[in-house]
Parts: sequence; structure tokens; C-alpha cells
Amino acid sequence: MAKTRNEIRFILNGRDVALRDVAPDQTLLDWLRLSRSLKGTKEGCAEGDCGACTVLVGKLTDGGPDGGALVYEGVNACIRFMGSLDGCHVVTVEHLAGEDGRLHPVQQALVDFHGSQCGFCTPGFVMSLYGLWMQTPNPSDREVETALQGNLCRCTGYEAIMRAARAIASYGKAENDPLRVEREAVTARLKALRDNARVEIGEGRNRLIVPADVDDLAAVLEAEPKATIVAGSTDVGLWVTKQMREIAPVVFIGGLEGLRRISEKDGVITIGAGVTYTEARGHLAARIPAFGALIDRIGGEQVRNMGTIGGNVANGSPIGDTPPPLIALGAELTLRKGTARRTIALEDFFIAYGKQDRRPGEFVEKLQVPLPGKGEKFAVYKITKRRDEDITATLGAFAVRLAADGTVAAVRIAYGGMAATPKRARAVEAALLGKPWTEAAVEAAMEKYAEDFAPLTDMRATGEYRALAAKNLLLRFYVETTGTSAPVQVSRYEAA
Amino acid sequence: MTKHTPNLKAQKIAGGVHTAHPHDSAHKHVAGSAIYVDDITEPAGTLHAGLGLSGVAHATLKAVDLSAVLAAPGVVAVLTAKDVPGENDISPSGMHDDPILADGKVEFLGQPIFCVIAETRDQARRAARLAKIDYDELPAIIDIGGLEAEKDRQVTTPLVLKRGDAAGALETAPRRIKGRMRLGGQDHFYLEGQVSLAVPGEDDEVEVYCSTQGPSETQHMIAHALGVPNHAVTVEVRRMGGGFGGKETQANQCAVIAAIAARKLKRAVKVRLDRDEDMTATGKRHDFVIDYDVGFDDEGRILAIDYTYGQRCGFSADLSGPVGDRALFHCDNAYFYPHVHARSALFYTNTVSNTAFRGFGGPQGMVGAERVIDEIAFATGKEPLEIRKLNFYDAMDKRAGRDVTPYHQKVEDCIIQRIVAELEESADYAGRRREIAAFNANSRFIKRGIALTPVKFGISFTKTESNQAGALVHVYTDGSVHMNHGGTEMGQGLHMKVAQVVAEEFQIDIDRVKVTATTTGKVPNTSPTAASSGADLNGMAAQNAARQIKDRLIDFAAETHQIPRDQVVFLPNRVRIGNHEISFNELVQQAYVARVQLSAAGFYKTPKIHWDRAKGRGHAFYYFAYGAACSEVSIDTLTGEYVVERTDILHDAGRSLNTAIDIGQVEGGFVQGMGWLTTEELWWDEKGRLRTHAPSTYKIPLASDRPKIFNVALTDWSQAYEPTIHRSKAVGEPPLPLGLSVLHALADAVASVANHKICPRLDAPATPERVLMAVERMKREAAK
Repeated sequence: MAKTRNEIRFILNGRDVALRDVAPDQTLLDWLRLSRSLKGTKEGCAEGDCGACTVLVGKLTDGGPDGGALVYEGVNACIRFMGSLDGCHVVTVEHLAGEDGRLHPVQQALVDFHGSQCGFCTPGFVMSLYGLWMQTPNPSDREVETALQGNLCRCTGYEAIMRAARAIASYGKAENDPLRVEREAVTARLKALRDNARVEIGEGRNRLIVPADVDDLAAVLEAEPKATIVAGSTDVGLWVTKQMREIAPVVFIGGLEGLRRISEKDGVITIGAGVTYTEARGHLAARIPAFGALIDRIGGEQVRNMGTIGGNVANGSPIGDTPPPLIALGAELTLRKGTARRTIALEDFFIAYGKQDRRPGEFVEKLQVPLPGKGEKFAVYKITKRRDEDITATLGAFAVRLAADGTVAAVRIAYGGMAATPKRARAVEAALLGKPWTEAAVEAAMEKYAEDFAPLTDMRATGEYRALAAKNLLLRFYVETTGTSAPVQVSRYEAA
Repeated sequence: MTKHTPNLKAQKIAGGVHTAHPHDSAHKHVAGSAIYVDDITEPAGTLHAGLGLSGVAHATLKAVDLSAVLAAPGVVAVLTAKDVPGENDISPSGMHDDPILADGKVEFLGQPIFCVIAETRDQARRAARLAKIDYDELPAIIDIGGLEAEKDRQVTTPLVLKRGDAAGALETAPRRIKGRMRLGGQDHFYLEGQVSLAVPGEDDEVEVYCSTQGPSETQHMIAHALGVPNHAVTVEVRRMGGGFGGKETQANQCAVIAAIAARKLKRAVKVRLDRDEDMTATGKRHDFVIDYDVGFDDEGRILAIDYTYGQRCGFSADLSGPVGDRALFHCDNAYFYPHVHARSALFYTNTVSNTAFRGFGGPQGMVGAERVIDEIAFATGKEPLEIRKLNFYDAMDKRAGRDVTPYHQKVEDCIIQRIVAELEESADYAGRRREIAAFNANSRFIKRGIALTPVKFGISFTKTESNQAGALVHVYTDGSVHMNHGGTEMGQGLHMKVAQVVAEEFQIDIDRVKVTATTTGKVPNTSPTAASSGADLNGMAAQNAARQIKDRLIDFAAETHQIPRDQVVFLPNRVRIGNHEISFNELVQQAYVARVQLSAAGFYKTPKIHWDRAKGRGHAFYYFAYGAACSEVSIDTLTGEYVVERTDILHDAGRSLNTAIDIGQVEGGFVQGMGWLTTEELWWDEKGRLRTHAPSTYKIPLASDRPKIFNVALTDWSQAYEPTIHRSKAVGEPPLPLGLSVLHALADAVASVANHKICPRLDAPATPERVLMAVERMKREAAK
């Protein structure tokens, strides 16, 4: 059993903070505004969609006594729980301007290019642009737009903000950047906070646990099998802010190094359950480009910095974006309880709406994702009302391997948004298997969708649209895989 | 503090009119130090409110059991309708149909029934959920699709506009088309939700900090609800985090509840809605069903038209009457109708009461006009832009009788021809039209479309008494100027523009002029900041105040130096008196010593306008603002997904007071209009629950939705036809309907599927789903 302590420790702007009196559902936004009177960070939606509450959270990327780079990421303070901040550096908009009131380059550019009107969203834009600037000092428009997917502005139409974003590099001296100047010291201070202790605070509805490591997590969950496991809190955050659900006891796993690893061996990518979308993106984009591109359309940057693929799977939503491509790729899931592990096909994990094959005390430890084989064609298409930062109406993932004679030797097609769980299109697959990979065969298979799916109507789309768009995606997949010079999809950006 | 040292050699002041000076709060916005209502340091002991909302769309309240709410942790009080000391009504139209808290019945899902006051906001929100409410449900009207103007209930008297003999001319017209269009509403999605903080004072006083566009109206509502004179209530707003019309009347409910609770409990009370509550319980842009019947000749010239604009008003009148009026005022957009008959139908529904939203019905009116243009274009086989040009009002320098609106006002200042011609050229409309045709011929799934649409927008409140404004200007002994006016700052840069006007008048640098929070205690009886009127009205009032002081300074200097008045000239930061110059500050100091009054209240009322609603006649607008937009899109005919490839805009802000601010208004207005017509969809389920009640489900444009290429320019040659403030034109609302160019470009792309032979009749919002379904209809009908 790990040693324990009963306070969370982190750095807020320049100051060390140690909190004993913190509820498991206490959000960072409320704490900043109500307890610290830091009112530059705004509440616009309290659900992680508008970005008005964006702050930066710095964390050490990997462990070891000497290693550990300090990386800052924009997050939504409105759905970020205090318990997840242990060992982090929280930076708010108040930390950017100099002591003399001189604005930070990001701020000055926004002033000079008229990037604010009502100003309410502006601190969030400042933080997102700053987060981008730290990683990518000379971003392309695409990179800026991707970084701003999680920031809504209702006044400017964004053009002025883009003009400012393009100009930032010409303003700033990176060496004067407040975070750059203090980075070494902050890194040292964060390292000093590491004591490999389990954090336990409160009892009953106030109980909060941050395990010391993955083994400790296993032990905690055996003792608290009904605990709410929180990784990125991009969903559980809303249980609190919108539904006011009681979630205690809460176990925060987002900081566990042992779950934050992504690796590849023998054609299989292993993704730890705590790997965020942002952390997975690079590897996936390099190895499975279609999957990497999908990541850019999940939530906004802040959500991708917090949310995890493991959470997206464990959550069991029928409109989670990663299960269909993972199922099409034939991914497996490893669950752990205590020291016991079991590995199942991911598609078997989803039993029914709201019901997954996860037993009490068990947690999702990792995913094993086979790379598409040589000659295997793979694509994933997400259909939404708004292109970016929107929840799926329907999402189709396709994996097809052709035999030497041009017939379909293997096919896996999975959809989200079409049923109560992420689901394979078995009848469509059967209609394609063994057939020549031709438009005629595809059109015949498109007739089979009605056997697989009877999608619902809701605020995102009618069942009729879902059904039509879903089967048209198979035609799109066919045309794209057979080579065509004409565009098959609309895109804001030149084809990669 | 650094001592102020004015530049006494300057050729021009810094930040005068017609410059591109940044927003006066820009530094504070980016630093996070701009204070919004929720950021004000709360008085000790401030309490917080949570609202209990109706869970059904229409019912009588059988039993409301709030015992568990009252017993919840931290709860101090629970308020219901019977706790309202004055009248339980905040109807802005005098209809007495807008209860503060429901009394005996509920008429929409989300209507506030009670309010719980607790020590913390979290406690109040949690407690509000503990109510046990027993409803006796009644039939509910959720949709306007099946409603009829003749027999279904309306919330107030509709308007009819008539000129000529539409019915007769329709009968004899060579060509005639009837059709119907559905047009969705829009949530304001101001980033700062509704919020008020009420602080009780002595006697019956209360001070309310409220995110409101209409502080005077909010003041009057509070006084009315408390049963106290207006003088007991002070309403203050420094800035809003966005308004867009959504805080014209909709701010009042939170303000009134906060004030009632503060008076009752003798503690400060804050009401701040959660985003879901805000979207569920406050009104939006009206959605419409537009029926049209148009007669035209073979060339495509409109001969006669008959319109019915049916709109979802919700359960009460609110501003629906005037919104419907403005829809009819803009049913012509920029087109002359020889014979016209247009009526509004103001349908009662069991949904939230709809309200003002940037454009105030005008954009909906124009959508009908532009659909009719498309119908005629497809029917005659002509290019839609050709039909548009054929039907424009006469240009101001070539008036020949095609210049009368459906409300009998002459259009005297029409410049749409020149704007469209210049935009057509700069956007290379014809060339791109050819390229698009070639592209579409070779592209199986992706189709492109282009459209160029005009805007003519009438400027003035149609409620005549609203066209007045006041301002209060103080010059202090150090030469710095402190001022207030009746307008409110919601991001549109109004305070900046008004400060520029005053700086220009005194010829002092802009940083010498400070505009502070709008408060009913300084400038009384103000109009809401709405109808694009903020700078026109308040700029004039402020100029009037400044001129009074300036006149006194001139008198003083002329008298002291025994010279004629015209030898006292205000130069940048200084004044030439005869043949010597002194700084402005010095003159002010001397004037103070000589006991010259250095403060003045200014006033302005718009001349010329009048409107007789019963007759449907008048000079409703002081002038018109014009603009045009050209957009190109790509659509995916397999999924309906689309991208806006390019938009070019040329917009008329007259002689712009501040070009940077005005460009921002045009860009922002366009994107907001585009959002309304594309991805922003309000979706109620069959129970009347709004299911798109948060940004997770209600999709306003992102940075990545704005046009890939976005060229925006102001006309550098136009000036207001009337003597407006420095000949500028209002710019708040007119750019919003420029977003129509995207809807019509999408329709054009859809039409290409059937070789431009069939009108796509693409309804709005044109979500990917509607685009795909329109494509499918094209395919089906083309195959017939």
C-alpha cells in the first residue's frame, strides 16, 4: 500500500497551493472565480464547448527522477476537477501580462488587430492562442483553426482573430514569455511535489482519491468498486455541472504515468487508458492517417487535451467517435481487476445502451489496435451538423482487404450513431465478402443497410438522413479506394 | 500616475472620427480585467438564486410543493408569484401576458415557476430540483407548420401592408408561382448569459447591475414589479458579453427576480442563469413559415406579390408585433413591387416567447424576398443575379417611379446598383460562374455554387418615441472628459464611437475622454440599444452636449480676449484665440476659474420619421443602409456536407465613424447570419422541450466555418443621404442578412444536380441534412 497524503498540491500562476478541503466534484473554474477572485476566466457554457474558461495546465510528460518535460495544454476549467490538478501548474489569463501591465504578445496582437468585441470569450482565445504559440510559433491557418475549434466567438466572425493569430510571431520575444522565463523553476517545483503518494481526501460524498500508480489504482478500485473513475472528465464533468449528480467516491486517473503510454510492437499499437486524444494523435496520424484525421474532429483542442481514448471507450456511448474505427480495425481491450487481467474484442464490450462488460472493481487498462495490413484499405468518416467540434450524427469506419483476384477477402464495417451501441454492419459486410470490389457490388451491399440499422431521429439528425448518409459513405469509401482524381469529399484544406 | 502631456503640435487628434482606433476596452478584454456583471466584487452576504422551471409545455398548476426546496442546505427563501409586491408582469408591450413567475398555469416548457434563494449558487441550483409540481396538462401547440392566420390564435394584432391591387395583378400576370418556405429561428448565444446583481439600499431603493441592452426599460420593469416609483430603482451596465437583441427585454426577468429577492431579504442577490436554463427559458429569433404568391413577366420582372409571414411568437407578445412589422418592412429587400399585399401572422405557441434578434424580423423578411427571386430565376431560366438587378429600386440619381416601398415610403438613397456592380467586378462573379459550371460538369459528387445577394436595411425604430437619446458630458478642470449616454456597450464599440465624436468636437485626443457605465441615474428615459441606432442617436446627443460646453468656452474666450467668436478655433489639443494658442486644458482651467459651467446634458431626436401602423403608411425609416455579398460553396451530394469557399462583401456604412469597428461588425454580422441559415438549428421534441439548449447541440459557426477566403470592404464613396452623425450609417444589423449569400450559393450548388432547371427550395437552416434531402429531391424530380 502506497503512502498517503490528504491534500492536493499544485502551482497556481506563481504560487504553490495545497488544498485539504476540496470536494471531488469541485471544478477549477468555480475555485478560480469564487475562492481566488481570478475573474478573467469566464463561464460561457459549463460543458466544455465554448472555451471561455480556457486555462493552461502544465504537466510533466514522463516520469523518472530526472526526466520529465513540462508541457502546457489548454483545458476547459469548467469541467476540470480540482482533484485532477495534483502535481500540475495552472496558468490563468492574469499571469500573462507583465508586472508593469505590459501585454503579452498574444494579447497585444489581439488588441491591434481588433480581435475582441464584447470581450467575454477573449481570455479563452488568448489562452488557446498562447497554448498554440508555445508549441507552434509560426502556425498555418489550419493549425490556428484547429487550435481554436474549442473557442466560440459570437461577435467577430473570427477573421480579426485570425489576423491577430498570424501576426503574433512578429510581436513576441519568446525569451520574455512569462512561462518560458520561469519554466525551469516550475519544472523543479513540480518535481519536488512528486512524492509517489496516494491522495485521499474526505469521506462519503466528499471522498476523493488520486492513486499513486496503476497498481495502487487497482487496489483502490478493489476497495471502492463503485467509485467513479475520472480520466479527462470531459463527460463526467457534465454529470456534475449539468445534471448535478453525486459522483463520489471519485478516483482520478488522468495523472497516472502507467496509463499514459502509447507504444507499438509487431503491428499492434497499445494505447494506455489514460492516453489523451492529443497524446495519441501524433502516433495515430503517422501510422493510421485516417484515424489521426478523425482525432482533429473530436471536441475542441481543450477537450482533446483532457479526454482519453480509454474514457471514450469505457463510457460506452453509442456516439463515441473512437469505438467504430477501433472495432473496424479489430481492436482488443484489456480490463484489469486487482492483478487479474482479461482481454476481449472491443466490439464485445458494448452489450447494450448504457451497459458495458465491465465488472465491479474492474477498469479499462489499455487498448490493443492492430495496424491495417498491407493492402488493407481503411477509412473513417464522421458526419455532423457543424464540421468541427460537433457530436456525431453518424460515423462509419471501413476496413477492407482484397484478395489477389480483386474480391473482398475481409471486411469490417462499424458505425456510431446508428444503434444503441457502436455496431458492425454485418449484413452489409456479408453482402460484400467474396464479391468483386466493384461499384455494382457496393450498390448491392448498400441495399443491406436497412437490415443492419434502424437509426433514430433526434436533434442531431433524422433517422432518414442517418440511414441515407450512412450508406452513401460506403460508396464514398469505394470511390476513394479505387482512385479518382475528382474530389470525393468537401474539405476546407488542401488534401494532405 | 503619469502626468498628461498633450501633443500641442499635432496635425490631427488621436482617435477622432473616421479613424480605425481599437475598441476602448480591448486592453481589458485581453487581460481578463474587463468587468462583467458576474465579475463585480459581491457585497458581503450576497445570496444566489436558482430557478424552478416548468417541466411541461402547457398546464394548470395543480399543486406546487416546495417544502423540500425550502429545507435544502443553504436555502434562505423560496419565491413564487405571490411574493411579487407589485404587478407580476414584465410584458414590454403592455399586453400583461408575461408573468415574472408562473401563476396558476404554465405556457411553455422552461417557464419559471419559482425562485429559490440560497447562500451559494450551487446550493440554489441543487435545491431548485427538489420541487414537487403536479401539472394538469393541456394540449400544447409546439410547431407553427399547420397553423392558419385566419383561425389560429395570435399574440397581438398583425400588420397588413398594401399598395396597388395585388390580387388583380396576380390574376393577369403572365407567369405566377406560389410556394412556401420554412425558416428556422436562432438563439442569440451571447457568450455571457443572463445575469443580474441587485443590492438593496435605504428606503425602497435598489441598485441593479444587469447585463441589459435597455437599462431604462429594466428600471421601469423592476419598479413596476416592486410597486415603487422609478426613482427608487437604479440600473447600471458597464458592458455586456454580447447582446444581439437577446438582452433587450429578456434581461428583465433575472433583474426583476433579483430585485424582488434583494428587497425582501435585505441582502444582495445575484441571478445568473446556467447556459441550458438561458437557452430554455429566454426568447430567440422567430422562426417563420413564409407563403408567397408572385406574378411576373417573361423577363422576370415582378408585377405583383402576396406574402404571408407566419411566425412563432411563443406564449406571449413580447416584441413579436414589431418584429413581424419589420419582417414586412423588409419583404421587399431591395426590390420594387408594383402591387403588393403582405401580412404578418403572429402565432401563439407553447414555446418560449420569441424576441428581438439583430435584424428584428428584417432578415426573415428578406429571406422571403430572395426565395421569390430564386423561384423566378429558375422559372425563366435566367441567372438569379439578372433577376435581382431587374427588380431593384431605382438608383438615387435615376429615379423614375420604381421607388416606393410597400409602406408607401419613397426610397430616396438607393445605391444598391453601384454596390452590386462593384462587387460583381471585384469578386469576378461572371468568371467564377463559368469556372464553377466547368468544375461541376467534371465532378461526380462534389458540386459548387455561387450567389450574390443584396441588402437594403431600414434604419430607425418604428416606434417613434424610441428615436431619442440623451448624453451627459463633464469636462473636468484638468481638461479630461467624463461622459455617459443612454446607449449600452455589448461589444459593438458604441462607447468608442461616441467618445470619438466627443473627442472630435473638443479636438482632444481620445484618451482624454472616458465613457463610464451606462446608468439610469445619469441619463434617464433612454431607448434600448437596438435597431442599429446606438451611434446614430447617442452620438448625436453626445455631440449636442459637447457643443453646449464648447459654445460656452468660445463665449468665454471671445469675451475675455474681446474678439469675435469665429476667432476662437479648436485645434488638436489646443485652442487658437485670436492670434495666440493655448492648450485645451489651460482654457478649461481658465474657464473654471471664471465660473463657466463645464457640464452639459445633450439630447437628440431623429427628424422626419412617422409611421401609422393602422394605415400601413409612413416614413418609417430615416434612411437605408446597403450592402451585398457574394459567396461560393462546395457541397457533397453524398452527405450534404459543405464548405464555404469564398465570400466577398461590399458594405455601406456611410462615412464610417470607425472603420475597424465597422469592418468587425460586417464580418461578425455576416458570420452570425450565415450560422443562422446553415448550422444553427433549434429543435423541439414533441413534448415541447428544446433539445438544442447548449453549445454541445446548438452549433454556431467556428473559426473553421468562416469562408476560406473572406474579403470584406466598406464603400469608400458613400455617405448618409441625411445629416446623420458625421454622415455615417448604422452598421449593427444590416450586415447580418449578407449571410443569405451562403444559403443561395448552397441552393445554386443543389440546383446544379438538376442542371439548374428546378428551384431547389432549400429551406433554412440549410444543415447538411437539408442540403442532402434537397439534392435527393432534385434527383427525383429530374428523373420524372
